Amino acid sequence: MDAVFLSRIQFAVTTMFHILFPVLTIGLALYLVVVELLWLMTKHEIYYRMYRFWVKIFAINFGVGVVSGVVLEFEFGTNFANFSQAVSNVFSPLLAFEVMTAFFLEAGFLGVMLFGWERVNRTIHFVATCLVASGAIISAFWILAANSWMQTPAGYRLADGKFMVTDFSAAIFNPSLPARMSHMTMASFETAAFVIAGISAYYLLKKRQTPLFRRSLGISLLMAALFVPLQVYLGDVSGREVFHHQPIKLAAMESHWETNTAGGAPFAVIAFPDMEAEKNLFAIDVPDGLSLLVTHTFQGKVLGLKEFPKNDRPDVFILFWSFRLMVAIGFILLIVMIWAAVLWRQGRLYESRSFLKTLLVIHPLGFLATEFGWITNEVGRQPWLVYHLVRTKEGVSPIHVGNVIWSLSLFLIIFLVVGTSYLYYIFKTLRIGPDLASPLPPIQRLAGMRPLQKEEKDDLGIGSWGDTGG
Amino acid sequence: MDLVTIWSCLIGLAIILYVILDGFSLGVALLFRSTRNEEERDVLMSSIAPVWDANQTWLVFGGGALLVAFPMIYGVLFSALYIPLLTFIFGLIFRGVAFEFRANATRKGPWNMAFFLGSLVAVVAQGLTLGGILSGTKVAGDRFAGGPFDWLNPFSMTVGMALVAGYILLGSTYLIIKTTGTVQEWAYRRAVRSAFIVLAFQVVVTIWTPIHYPSTLSNWISPPRVYFIWAFPLIGLLAFYGVIKNLRARREALPFVFSVAFFFAGYLGLIASIYPYVVPPNITFQEAAAQHETLRFTLWGAIIVLPLVLGYTAYSYSIFRGKVGKDGYHY
Repeated sequence: MDAVFLSRIQFAVTTMFHILFPVLTIGLALYLVVVELLWLMTKHEIYYRMYRFWVKIFAINFGVGVVSGVVLEFEFGTNFANFSQAVSNVFSPLLAFEVMTAFFLEAGFLGVMLFGWERVNRTIHFVATCLVASGAIISAFWILAANSWMQTPAGYRLADGKFMVTDFSAAIFNPSLPARMSHMTMASFETAAFVIAGISAYYLLKKRQTPLFRRSLGISLLMAALFVPLQVYLGDVSGREVFHHQPIKLAAMESHWETNTAGGAPFAVIAFPDMEAEKNLFAIDVPDGLSLLVTHTFQGKVLGLKEFPKNDRPDVFILFWSFRLMVAIGFILLIVMIWAAVLWRQGRLYESRSFLKTLLVIHPLGFLATEFGWITNEVGRQPWLVYHLVRTKEGVSPIHVGNVIWSLSLFLIIFLVVGTSYLYYIFKTLRIGPDLASPLPPIQRLAGMRPLQKEEKDDLGIGSWGDTGG
Repeated sequence: MDLVTIWSCLIGLAIILYVILDGFSLGVALLFRSTRNEEERDVLMSSIAPVWDANQTWLVFGGGALLVAFPMIYGVLFSALYIPLLTFIFGLIFRGVAFEFRANATRKGPWNMAFFLGSLVAVVAQGLTLGGILSGTKVAGDRFAGGPFDWLNPFSMTVGMALVAGYILLGSTYLIIKTTGTVQEWAYRRAVRSAFIVLAFQVVVTIWTPIHYPSTLSNWISPPRVYFIWAFPLIGLLAFYGVIKNLRARREALPFVFSVAFFFAGYLGLIASIYPYVVPPNITFQEAAAQHETLRFTLWGAIIVLPLVLGYTAYSYSIFRGKVGKDGYHY
């Protein structure tokens, strides 16, 4: 146990806790934009009620996301000062631009979004929602640009161990950014869509607020139908990006030891890698599978781990399994969406209880896939902080190990308390359910508004999200 | 002005904006303990709920700007001040989540406590950080070379307590603007009391600084500083007089304005005393600056974006201007 190891664990704990919140924030913000747009266009009160319900979840989630995010910027200095000092010329502007173009935007308009109903008209409120949603995506862009730069550094030259910038646009739009940005944004949309679908399914199963949650479910499934197949494609793009830029990482993700000389490289469906013996103790292989996946040809050459020095290899076991679990979740979600399409064709999307129950069970899978994806991404970058340029152990602050033992213990306790409370208040909000009764603020009441019908207010009422006339 | 000077000013601006803006938010939280009932606490919470996140973002910007412009100072200070800075963060976590959790809680007690204690811890840790910086930092090459508790001494603890009093002054004068009736009357009384405590701390810290950090005294008594350094305590005293006079006259906005002036006087006086050394007594701004291209590129971003930020922040404040209603804000 030294400051290097513990700092890594601490950064892993704090980022893995943090990412749970923005991944939902980004997707839920998009959902709220859609719902508010429907409210503006249809003037149907039910969308206003829907917005007010989902924004409660959004607010609780956003709050925890903000406070857990500030931690990370501090840790660049407290725990990785040598890294920060070495790369700052190239790296730090990306963080600064994130604050200037995203954090301020989100923080500035979140207040309007949450508390502005009685003070601004609905157009301004909608603009505020759009700006908060844009802020969330812009924030993702900059932090993913920073992460991608650590994976595929560009636009720099080295002088006395310090990075000097030569080209900012090359540094920002570095080779792995497009794949990472699209894959992660899609993960956010997908995660949020299934969270909304799962919660809506729960209400439908309980026969509570059926009209409102049929619409909620409909919109979220439409989003999922768009994102899930796209994500499978983007996952493939990401995999090939790793193959081109980080062949060691790819070989570790696939537990692929020997370069294929004659014929294609096999794809291991299951493997138990032994890093000392440099082989798989057990594996179920699909012949030529790996070549087909990453080169899109049967015979394509895929470098094996043995091509690279032992001390340049990441942990094969963690990478192999985290990657597979992520992919498995992606395909589970794809199967669920195929099922949804079949039910929709039969006109039974909202009636099939086994489908609704499935949605409820799988709703947190997006979070898990995101975590496994980030484990693959970050453990796969090891033993480097900046790929092939700065080793992790060189980047840590000159601090006493006791510092990190102290802070890591406190982080664990605090995250336990905050995480438990978060879940408690989310569940409490869900138990209370949407508020359909409180009067609309006068400024929101406009001519031509379609108020809730009696059956839409009734908890056991029936309605259909398709009958609003758009 | 060269780039390094511009960046020094920009970071200086971010710090004072953070101190004033989050200062009154944290100050309102520090007053939580002396409220009498849940309705009063609702009013206090509502007065800052729509703006606290934007206020806190100036801290994140200040930290980011420090990393951009002076990576060495960022690295050295954050390593040296590991414990107070992460303590600060721990406090901010509880302060931040308390807004949403308390709003959703039936039993508000624990989150009232988390809000108060989180803010108290954050403020004291800020003071310890400032006091720690003024206590000097051991540097070898361009790396921190001291121990984990170098920042801890009676001086830094006094600065921590002084900051508690200072933020209570900002918080209570802000509440005077945002409230009416009994809450406002209560805020007036808290403001008067905290103003005197702040003055006492300010006198103690001002006398103590040259003893604790010797080159301050020689800075004060040698030209060119000797010609203007006395102006800062004088402005501070005038601001204090303005605070007290306007509190007694039961004016609403002016006590806050003069409290801010009081903070500015102390802040500028401190900078005037130690400039150009940022990590006293070793490192100057010029020595620690980042690559020219980095400074220029990011400055262009700041020139374009920050006016917009200030504009929409002001707009957001104007939406929530006026007194907090009996019901507060809802979502």
